[in-house]
Amino acid sequence: MIIEAQNIKKYYGGFCALDDVSIGINEGEFASIIGPNGAGKTTLINILTGFLKPEAGRVLYKEENIVGMGPEKLTKLGITRTFQLSAIFSELSVLDAIKIAVISRQGKGMRFFADLARDKQVHEQALEVAELFEFTDQMQEKAINLPQGKKKLIDVASAFALHPEIILLDEPTSGVSTSDKHHIMQVLVEASKKIGINTVVQVEHDMDIVFSYSKRVIAIQQGKILADGTSDEIKKNEYVVSAAIGRKESFTTFRDIMAAKGQQGA
Amino acid sequence: MKKRWNIILLLILAFALVWPYVGPDYQVYLSLSLFSYSIALLGFNLLLKYVGLLSFGHALFIGLGGYTTAFLTSEFHIPHMEFSIILSILICAIVATTVGFICVRYVKIYFAMLTLAFGMLFHSVLMKTYHLTGGDEGMALERPYLLGIDFSSMGTIEFFSGPFYYYNLGILIIATIIMWRIVHSPFGLCLQSIRDNPDKAKSLGIGIRKYRLYAFIISGCFTGVGGALMATATGHMDPGMVFWVHSADLVFMTLVGGFTNFFGPMLGSLIFIYLRDIITSFTEYWRFIFGALLAVIVILCPGGAMEALTNFFKLLVGKTKPGEKI
Repeated sequence: MIIEAQNIKKYYGGFCALDDVSIGINEGEFASIIGPNGAGKTTLINILTGFLKPEAGRVLYKEENIVGMGPEKLTKLGITRTFQLSAIFSELSVLDAIKIAVISRQGKGMRFFADLARDKQVHEQALEVAELFEFTDQMQEKAINLPQGKKKLIDVASAFALHPEIILLDEPTSGVSTSDKHHIMQVLVEASKKIGINTVVQVEHDMDIVFSYSKRVIAIQQGKILADGTSDEIKKNEYVVSAAIGRKESFTTFRDIMAAKGQQGA
Repeated sequence: MKKRWNIILLLILAFALVWPYVGPDYQVYLSLSLFSYSIALLGFNLLLKYVGLLSFGHALFIGLGGYTTAFLTSEFHIPHMEFSIILSILICAIVATTVGFICVRYVKIYFAMLTLAFGMLFHSVLMKTYHLTGGDEGMALERPYLLGIDFSSMGTIEFFSGPFYYYNLGILIIATIIMWRIVHSPFGLCLQSIRDNPDKAKSLGIGIRKYRLYAFIISGCFTGVGGALMATATGHMDPGMVFWVHSADLVFMTLVGGFTNFFGPMLGSLIFIYLRDIITSFTEYWRFIFGALLAVIVILCPGGAMEALTNFFKLLVGKTKPGEKI
């Protein structure tokens, strides 16, 4: 197992966001975490990547406890993440955003007087990643001027440029039109192969994306693991799927509302 | 476009070189303030433009530089300007490390208020330690040696519009080049990433507090050098230079000139110094007029005078048509 969470507990005030959660991700896996809003998916990602500290439990990365290590340190160990709301550097160009990751990976951040424009190593490696993510014509474009899907991709691309061993993607396709989702995922999978990122964990709401790309699915509900298995197993489990996307509930509520309205009208 | 900017910079430099010969003495003397404020603002704007931190206590570093120079020349009789500058940098670095260590844990208004507090703390210390600093009467500075040369036989006007003018100009050019390199280095790019999105920067392995602290230290050192030169030009240092109003003046210059441009604050200090000189010849309520000016600029042209100027320049060279959004 490359990363393992053991008996994680996390509270926000009195609210228990994660209640004794244990999961392990194997090297080379493409796993999806599913669950309704507020289930604790992002909290879990935050804990695995050092953005949050759990109240109890351990996180092991290659057998080492990493609880309490900040994200900067974990990045150097090979763990990185992307964000649910596209995390971009709004005033920086696409290429610069990726360059930051390359600078960080090469440990050049403390070079105060080096001329970045002349650093061919950084430039070429950033260019490579930018091309993998189809930014060829928009290298110098400011991130803020790009459409939503592209913003998501900058977030992902810069994380990929760190060449992590494991990447945790918090809803890589949220806020993107359904037709673009598959394209983003294909770009992402292709890039991870080329860069050599073996292990990918994603939080995803779109079941179509979940089942087409991941071999393993972990369902969380109300801070607890609801199910953990291969995507075929989960697909057949109607209860888990409907719980994860809240379909049954919302459908019934919606139907009730419509029915009530109909009666009023009559 | 880049070439054009280089030509403009060279023209400005050429003008600065001949200015003492063509300009009236008093105006030449005023440009000494322009140079020292420009150096101080290079440091100030590293924090504002590149790290996104608004310091409201940067007069602290002007004070440190100024008082260091005052002590060296008047108390210890070490008149070498270079020594004053280097010691100012050292002292500013030490103070910036301790003050910054606390301040960079906070951002936005909390950062501004904390820096303001430290500035005022230093102000009180200066006022209370009367036996050392002369309290509110301040300290006089003696004329320094420049590059080891003693100019004490020279007349005041000749000194300030001659050797000292070029000395200031030289330091400004060196400081500008150093700062230009810093903001175009990998370090500079990382600072901007922290400004735009600290969490994302963290996830890319950027230790944001460390970077902010280093930026704060560099910023303090630049402002300290400005302070050392400023005090030498006025020949006097008093706690007023450390008072929060002086910090606000730095903010004002930067906003008027345009903090989004590397050279904006320099233009801002030019406007501030010469406009204040013009307005004070009519009325003592110059801050009233400056307040109105700031309001107009923030509303009409948030990018400051530099933005207005570059837009005008772009219109002139016909890159864009009038009315088109630039």
